[in-house]
Amino acid sequence: MNESTSNATFVGVLRDGLRQAPPFRLLLGLCPALAVTTAMENGFWMGMAVIFVLACSELLISLLRKVIPDRVRIPVYIVIVATFVTVVDMVMKAYLPEMHAILGIFIPLIVVNCVILGRAEAFASKHGPLLSVADAVGVGAGFTVSLMAIGGVRELLGTGNLKLFGFALLGPGLPLEIVVMLLPAGAFFVIGFLMAGLAWMQNRQQERARRAQVGAFAGAGGAGAAGGPGGPGATGGAGGGEEAAV
Amino acid sequence: MEFIAILIGGILINNYIFSRFLGLCPFFGVSNKLETVYGMGAAVVFVMTLASAITWPLQHLLLEPLGLGYLQTVAFILVIAALVQTVEMVIQRVSPPLYAALGIYLPLLTTNCAVLGAALLNITQDYSFMASVVNGFACGLGWTLATVLFAGVRERIEGLHIPEAMRGMPIAFVAAGLMALAFMGFQGLFRGILF
Repeated sequence: MNESTSNATFVGVLRDGLRQAPPFRLLLGLCPALAVTTAMENGFWMGMAVIFVLACSELLISLLRKVIPDRVRIPVYIVIVATFVTVVDMVMKAYLPEMHAILGIFIPLIVVNCVILGRAEAFASKHGPLLSVADAVGVGAGFTVSLMAIGGVRELLGTGNLKLFGFALLGPGLPLEIVVMLLPAGAFFVIGFLMAGLAWMQNRQQERARRAQVGAFAGAGGAGAAGGPGGPGATGGAGGGEEAAV
Repeated sequence: MEFIAILIGGILINNYIFSRFLGLCPFFGVSNKLETVYGMGAAVVFVMTLASAITWPLQHLLLEPLGLGYLQTVAFILVIAALVQTVEMVIQRVSPPLYAALGIYLPLLTTNCAVLGAALLNITQDYSFMASVVNGFACGLGWTLATVLFAGVRERIEGLHIPEAMRGMPIAFVAAGLMALAFMGFQGLFRGILF
């Protein structure tokens, strides 16, 4: 996480957060990302719940950051997060009972979602309330998009159609019924291949940028000969390290 | 018989990693090296058993009689956090070698969804006190088993020639998917007795 504390603007922080796309880049918040994503809509509501909890807790933590004693800050953060999780849990139970039943235990488990405590510790405890909310919405939106992507791929391959709020987006749908995609194993496959796709795109971008640079400075050279920097391995390692640090 | 069913169910059939998706962050985080997995696994089993034993009376003797069911999430996470802290301090005093082995893993367990998940599932599944404790123990063992197996797989993968983009985490996820498929083979065990 490399937020610049200087010249940080609302939009800038929002974009940074969005770019982090928690389950893919940071390897945090994996459990809900795999468990509830049997359909796109599940991912959407899980993401909404996370955005709400993240925004409220980051706002409150940011407002209280000068009051909370440093030594007990983690328990205080946990209580704040747990309070908002309880709110989400009860609201969803009342107004979206079906979705609450599908998401089940993963709603209360938002408390221990490393994304939330991670952002509270890394961002909200050091920044003002406005920026913290921007960070929360950005990171939360990144999380939601990632979950919807995983859920969308699984739903499409598993049922041949995509549903959002009861509408079938693809009309009659495709003749696909790869049941394994809806099973736990499919979740691992889909997230694995999506990550590989992202890494591939990133490598290609880096390669292209480097080639352009080399071309500009040294004219025609064997630019593309050396393999790209170990992008995916490096990010994976960093994610693991971060998790260990939390 | 019931306890045996819960034990086998927790370790193999409803494995926390491969069928319930709990405790995935440390699963991918520590499975780089086999030695760290044993330390983390021991800590998980220990804390999960204790957490099950403490949260059950908390729910059934305190929260429910007083009509405070809505405090479940807050109360459980606080108790687990306090428990982890206490265990850490006790182990540090009583057995420094054990602390040296487990010390760095214990603080991580507060934010491990497997521990809170076990406590919450014990309640939703209406287990008795003993069944809860056995379930916590079994699920901890299941988590450890999955992570030990997976660490072995990852050590083998490391030296292989893999397409650039698949290196690191992507291939690890695919490998985990294949292991999840293998674990699905246990689904048929005990059908009718457990569920």
